[in-house]
This record gives sequence, structure tokens and C-alpha cells, in this order.
Amino acid sequence: MIRIRVRTTAGSGGSAPGAGRPGGSAGSAGSAGAAGAAGPADSGAGFEFSFDGLPVRALPGQSIAAALWAAGVLSWRTTRLNGRPRGAFCGIGSCYDCLASVNGAPNNRACLVPARPGDTVTTQEGNGRAWLQE
Amino acid sequence: MPIRQPVDVVVVGAGVVGAACAYYASRSGLSVAVVDRGPVAGGTTGAGEGNLLVSDKAPGPELDLALLSLSLWRELAEELPEDIEFDPKGGLVVAAGDASLGALSASAEEQRASGVEAYHVTPDRLRDVEPHLAPGLAGGILYPQDCQVQPALAAARLLHAARRAGALFLPGEEVLEIYGEPGGGGVRGVRTSRRELAAAVVVNAAGTWGGRVAALAGVQLPVQPRRGFVLVTEPLPPLIRHKVYAAEYMADVASGSAALQTSPVVEGTPAGPVLIGASRERVGFERTLSVPVVARLAAQASALFPVLADVRVLRTYHGFRPYLPDHLPAIGPDGRMPGLFHACGHEGAGIGLALATGSLIASVISGEKPALDLAPFAPDRFDPLVPCHMTEEWAS
Amino acid sequence: MPGSRSEARAPAGGRAATGLAVVGAGPAGLAAAVTAADHGLDVTVVDAAAAPGGQYFRSPPEELAAVRPGAAPRGQRGFDDLLTRLTAHRATGRVRYLSGHHVWTAARTGDDWALHTVTGQAGEGGPMVLTRRILLATGAYERQLPFPGWTIPGVVGAAGAQAMLKSGLVLPGRRVVVAGSGPLLQAVAVSLVQAGARVPALVEAAGYGGYARAPRVLAANPAKLTEGLRHGAALARAGVRVMSHSAVTAVHGADRVEAVTVSRVDRDWRPVPGSGRTLVCDALAVGHGLTPQLELAVEIGCDTTVRADGSPALRLDERLRTSVGGVWAAGEPGGIGGVGLALVEGELAAHAVAAEVRGGPLRETAGRVRSLLRARRAQRAFAELMGAVHRPGPGWRDWADDDTEVCRCEEVTAGRIRTAVTELGASDARTVKLFTRAGMGWCQGRTCGFAVHELARSDSDGARAPTPDRRMPACPVLLSALAGEDTTADPEEVAGASETPGAAEPGGNGGNRLP
Repeated sequence: MIRIRVRTTAGSGGSAPGAGRPGGSAGSAGSAGAAGAAGPADSGAGFEFSFDGLPVRALPGQSIAAALWAAGVLSWRTTRLNGRPRGAFCGIGSCYDCLASVNGAPNNRACLVPARPGDTVTTQEGNGRAWLQE
Repeated sequence: MPIRQPVDVVVVGAGVVGAACAYYASRSGLSVAVVDRGPVAGGTTGAGEGNLLVSDKAPGPELDLALLSLSLWRELAEELPEDIEFDPKGGLVVAAGDASLGALSASAEEQRASGVEAYHVTPDRLRDVEPHLAPGLAGGILYPQDCQVQPALAAARLLHAARRAGALFLPGEEVLEIYGEPGGGGVRGVRTSRRELAAAVVVNAAGTWGGRVAALAGVQLPVQPRRGFVLVTEPLPPLIRHKVYAAEYMADVASGSAALQTSPVVEGTPAGPVLIGASRERVGFERTLSVPVVARLAAQASALFPVLADVRVLRTYHGFRPYLPDHLPAIGPDGRMPGLFHACGHEGAGIGLALATGSLIASVISGEKPALDLAPFAPDRFDPLVPCHMTEEWAS
Repeated sequence: MPGSRSEARAPAGGRAATGLAVVGAGPAGLAAAVTAADHGLDVTVVDAAAAPGGQYFRSPPEELAAVRPGAAPRGQRGFDDLLTRLTAHRATGRVRYLSGHHVWTAARTGDDWALHTVTGQAGEGGPMVLTRRILLATGAYERQLPFPGWTIPGVVGAAGAQAMLKSGLVLPGRRVVVAGSGPLLQAVAVSLVQAGARVPALVEAAGYGGYARAPRVLAANPAKLTEGLRHGAALARAGVRVMSHSAVTAVHGADRVEAVTVSRVDRDWRPVPGSGRTLVCDALAVGHGLTPQLELAVEIGCDTTVRADGSPALRLDERLRTSVGGVWAAGEPGGIGGVGLALVEGELAAHAVAAEVRGGPLRETAGRVRSLLRARRAQRAFAELMGAVHRPGPGWRDWADDDTEVCRCEEVTAGRIRTAVTELGASDARTVKLFTRAGMGWCQGRTCGFAVHELARSDSDGARAPTPDRRMPACPVLLSALAGEDTTADPEEVAGASETPGAAEPGGNGGNRLP
């Protein structure tokens, strides 16, 4: 089973959008019309939740998937058969590729669920219910 | 209209029963053509759970058929590719109270006398057998012979093996006519939407639509649809080891009522989802989802396995079991038209009974003595114009 | 959240059947709801999202807009007007609005329909809506075609990237290639650029020349032309290279996008050998147009047809009636046509419903209806043209090698689908699904359905129409929520019921609802 770690290096030529935060090449749009990515870490209005044990900043109202993108994280699920990493794809809740475990409950569509302060989000492995098996 | 070289046998229907007929007939050296208006496994086979059960059958001709079929499935599982998912998982029938446990134990006793393996499971051992069962059940019977296959793939692999043995498969072709010798003689062939196929033998393996195919030959066979819903959950880790059902299921299977019956039948699948049945109602070919039925199935399943209450149902589907009034299939030659054979009307047991059915049909066509007495399955037993049958003793 | 069965089963608000239930609160649904309410109908709107607007008028949640005031998309005057009217009708009680409710099935009960709903992420039981008439405004989702590497994180739907940007103000990467087919790609590329991404290329599999073959349709839709020119100019300014007759045929990277291969394709979308070149990027936004969301319509029994884009859609008459009495539809379910058409059809459908309720055409809106009908005809013609221009050519199947996953949920490769077709005799999507599990996962084939249909059909089938899947429930439902709909609970019959915590209580809720 492949465990997806939060990367601390950029994917391909982009630099991490915010120092000290998990970062990849994904980023946050400052605002429609504004150039340059400005991370939520720059804003005083944000809060923190945890993703696989690391702190991630989110803005109020942002979905878990949006907050993870802003932190440069693109995958938070591994597939049942091949253990491949997956994240948000359709962005509107119809593809179910972005399933994450949130506060212990599996199968949450991260693109729809708003992040809440103190949430514990973990990479969902497979069906997300391994604990049910003795 | 192209006329093909004559074949020995035309099988109408590419469900699991038609595939089995084609498989055994072509292996006996007969030339076979399988015709279906749709694809392989396009009817009830593709809507089944793939049960190969002895546990739900009372002693009698159907149980004999099931035991024969199971032995054939075990043989074939060695030959066919693994993707048919043959799984000798065993069945567990549970009883809620002492009264139903008593009835269950009594019927298990009778089944044992007919060669069924059945073991009593005491209440304190139930959760060793099935860890997620609800507490408080009175007990159960474990039937180790019960098995499961993936029914659509099993049918496709059987048909594929038949084709390798020379059988011809003509999907997407509807049989429009079964014609015979002028003046009421025997079968001479079929006319499909695309061609004419000359054959001295036609096997009606059209499942729930078997009555319509019989009518094409001018004979009556009262096959009716008996609808069932299945709920499919999200993929889960292996939680449910056996096919598990409540004792009431047997009574529902045996009932002839048109009204709705439901009893919980729950099992896991290798791919992860749990399948939840079983409902029975005679409502014609009504295809819309019935909320009361699926709600009832959900309530019963979560009562049996409380862990399921918290999982999601991704899909429901329905199938139409081919129901005959005495719950026995029609297997064998039709005395009303020489050369016409029937292999349909297996109700909810078609996957399980398919191999015995195909093997018996192939034997009779080849002029061999069948391994079982076919009289109880005589296709013309419902026809008031056909005077006398050996079926009365079974019909009660 | 209704906590008890009596609440869960009672019609919403405890009232008798509503006059019209509108399913979906995107442009079509909103236009329909406010217009029907203007006509005096009692309207109930059921929408899965937290806020009205659907996918097009998606905006950041209020909390997010509050901390990023500049971030809200530019004011959509038409949308704001609809919201104002909606608010007014809600205040008078003329419109009941159920946000965050997903209709999982619709069932006939006498002369009425019962819409069964769930709420929340988990699919918990929601109220039932009883209605005499239904207006389906269920919108669409993106159509996808598989190619090697399309499951690597960083590959996102083009509409998905747009949605994440609109609602969450985020980007999937810093250097994003936009690819696929259809006019949505231009809008997405423009949005990404405006949000600060670099878009090195917009890769379009069709050619824009196809539009020129229908000058009269273009002339009747000047707004579409203007929009296309505006996008083109914006892309040119931003240095976005537009590559038509080209496709992304591979994505490179292990657990993250590092580059893509762009190949030229022929008229049938078959890659031209040797034409592939590598483009460095860290994300790919890809999509091949939209496909209507038809689950409820199909379950209700509405007839479908196949549009020029190759996807099934509802068969509607000029009054937006489906083939089932008492059921209307507007917007994308009748064929992908965009926001303008959705607004027109939503309003038209509401006028038609009102006319039927009152027993004849309404004189006071006759002129308005005539002009809406003209607009609809012009825009439908454009939609068909757009569908034909961007319809995937059969050669796309060469993009997917045997190891390419087609069904993302069940990880079913194109190779396995091809084996099911060639070896096992499957020739339609349903049979392929039975043999391979493609389309049996969480999304129930919404993402791979079109591709599986295409891979299953042989070329001799020609343009054999894909039949829409029966797909009930329309969204996942908790087993306990389904059990909560059970009215017949009899503890004697249910195994172990009386001793089972959370199981059917006498006459009570058949399933325990988890906290």
C-alpha cells in the first residue's frame, strides 16, 4: 500500500507557495483577476486542520479539497486494488475520486465538505474501513 | 435471408442456462447455435447474485437437481478461468426465535436425509461463524455446500467454452418463429430477425421470456416474472463470510403468492460490495424502483447486520425470476412438439441449477439416459390437454 | 435533520402536495422556479448544493467571500435578479427552498409524485416532497475520455478546475495545460490565467473551422460569437498557445503531473504518428464537453434521444414536456446548451406548466413566450452545431492503450474492456460492466460511461446510440436512511430485531441513525 506523504518539494518548476507549509505545485488563487498565488497563510482569517498529522491552513468556507490544493497537496486517497494516489478530479461531487477520511469517517467527498477548524483529515486507504475487519 | 448450414441444436437464450445447454451439447459432439435477441447474460442471469444453493431447497426433485448441479459446478470451476469467482463459501441460515429455529432444524433434518450437509450452530457460536451478526439470535444452520459464482461471467465463460468446442453464438438476433413439419410434425428450424436456421432440435432457454418462446412453437408454458430487488453497498472489507439469510426466506421462496415477500439475504462479494436481497413479487415486468421494497430490504439487512446501517447503498437493481406455478423448472422434451425442448422456469435458482439442466438436456438430445428422472420437470405438465403426468406427488 | 421517521416521511413543511417541484437550482431551475411562482404556483425547489446557482453561478461561500471580498466573480446581473425574486417568493411562502437535499428517487403515488431526498455527505434520510408536477433542471457533469496517465494527481477535469476556482479560489498547479474539446476550455483557460496560473497551451481535439460551416446558425447567435472572440483575444494576450486538431495523449509523472505529450490528431481524432511533443506543466485540466444528468428522468421513464454531441439527452417538445405526463425539463437535461439556453428554457417551461395548470395558453405572457421560443430555437441550433463540431471522433480510442484505466473507481483498464468485447462477446456498456465492473464503483459510471460505451461498440455499429444507464438511487444513500423509509417494520419478522441495538423498534425507525 502506498502511503502518500505530503511533499515538501515542488512538483515541476513551481516553488512552494508558502514557506513552512506543505507545498507542491498546486496553489491558491489570490482572487479572480489578480495575478500570482497568494496562500491562505497570508490571511489572518484562516484556521488550521490536520492532514495526515501535518497542519494545513484553510479559509472559512473552503472545502477540504480546496484547502489541500492551496497547501500544494493533490492526493488524499489510495485506490483499493493498486494503491494509487488520487485527489479531486471533477470538483463538483460526481466522480467520488476525492474521498477522504474526516475525523475517522471514511468516504467524504473532499471537494464538497467544508474544512472546519480542528478537523482531522487522513488519506483514505482503499475502502477506508479496514478497522471493521478482524 | 441467409440460410446457414443446418445445425443439430438451436438454443434460444444466452443466459446461464442456455450457455450450459450449449456447453454440454457441443461437448457431446452436437453442432449448436445459440441465439439471443440481446447479449450474453442480458436477462435474469445478469441480475442474479450467483447463488448455488442447496440450503433453501426441501427434499424432492429440485434438491436432487441442485445436488447434481453443485457437483458439476465444482468440476467446472477447475476448468473455467478464475474470473467466474467460484466461491464455496457456505450458507448460514439464522433464526430469530425458538419457533423458527425449531422449524429450521426440522427441515435441516429432512435435508440431511437427502444428502445435504447441515450443521447446527448454537447462539453462542453464531458470531464465531459470522462476527458481525446481530446479537440475540436463537441459532442457525450452516450449509457448507452452498457456493457462489459471478453469474454473468460464469455464463460468458461457459458460452466461450462452448464456442471453442464449435458452438455458434448469434447475439442481437431475435427468434421470430419456430417452425415444424407441415401438419403438426416435429421441429425443422427457427427463423430469426437475420436468418433462417435449420435444426431438428430447438431448446427454449429463454428464462423469464420462456413462455413467449414456447408460444412461437405454438405451445403453452406459463412462465411469469417474479420480481426481485438487490441493494448493492459501497465496497467494504470482507465482513460477511457466508451467504446469510433468515429462516423466513425459505417460506418466501416456496410461497406462490403474487404479493410482496421480503426476507433478508446478505452476502459479500470478492470486489467488496455487499449484496442485499431478497424480495419476491409478481408485478409483471414493472421496472421502476419500489421504495417500500428497498426500504424493507434495508431494514431487514441492518437488523441482521447492524454494521451495515452505517454504509451506503450505491445501487439497486432488479431482476425478473422465471416463475412456474409449482416452483419447478421445465426441463426436457415437449411431448406436444417433437424436437422442442425446454430448459427454463428456474425461478431464483437458475444459476445453481444451470449445469445440471444443460447436462440433462444434452443427454436426452443425444439419446442417453438422463442422470435424473425428468418427469417432475415435464414442460407440458401445466397443459390441461396433456392427460397424465407423474408430477402430482411433487406438486403438493 | 429529521431525527425521527415521522418527520422523515412527512411531506416537507407538513403541507399537501406542492404544485411544482423543481429539481436543481442552477440557471434553468431558478428561472423556472421564480417564473412559476410569479404565475401563482406553489413551488418547492430541491437542490443538492448549499447555495443556489448550480455549476455556472457557483461562487465562494459567504464566509470565504467575506475574507476575500475581491474574489467573488464579477456580478452576474441576471443571476442577482433571479436571486432577488427567489428571496421575495420565499418570504411570502410561495417558494419553499430545500438546499443541501439530493433527490435519490421519484415514485408515483396516485396522481402525485413523491420525491425522496437525502441530506448531508453521508446520505442521511431527508424529507419527502409530494408534488403534482416535476420540473427537472438537474444540469450536467463533465464528459471524460481516458488516456495514459489521466489518473495521476494533478490531472483534473476542466470544469472541475473551474469549479474549484469559483468556489474555493484555488488552482491545481502553477503551469496548467488545458485540453480536451469544446468551448468550455476557452472559458476555463481564461479563468485560470486571470487567477494567476500560466497556461502554456489550450489543446483542442476538434477544429474551430467546423463552426464556419453553419454561418446562419452563427448569425442567429451573435452573443456566442462575441464570447468566442473575447476569449480568443484574452488567450492571445496571456500568451496561451491554442493548438487545435491536437490532444494530450499521455501524462508523465509518478505521483504528480510533470509533463504531458501533445499529439496532432486527424479528423477522426486518431493521433498522427510521430507528432507527439512534450510540454512541461504541473497540472492538466481536461474535459470533452458536458453530459446531461439524467438519473431521475430515466427512472421516471422519460424518453431519451442522442444529441449531435453523441450523448443521450431528454426528448422534449416545444413546451419542454418530457414523454411522461406532469414532468417537464429545462436546460442541460435536454441537451448541452449552456447558461443562456438554460435560462430561456427554465422560464419557458414554467410558462408551460402554468398554462397547463390554468387549462390553456396564458394571454398575458403570450408575447414573452413567443420571443423565448425564438431564442430557444436559435440557441438549440447553436448547441447542436457545437455538439457536432466537438463530438469525439472514433480515433480517440487509440489514445487509450491496454494499461490505461478507464473506470477510475474500479480501476478497470481498457485492455480488460477489450477482452470482454473480443473474447466474451460483450457489445454494449451494460454487458461490459457486468463482466469487468467498469461503471460499478462509487460514481456508478458517470465518469467512464461514455468511454465504456465507445469501447464496447464495434465500428460496424456505426453511431449506435448509447442508452442512458438506469442508476438508482441517484446518489448514495445510507442503508439506515433507506430503512427509515420502511413503514412495515414488524419486529417479529425481522431476525433479532428486539434485541438488536439500532434495529427496528416496534413501529419505529427501521435503522439507527448514527450521530
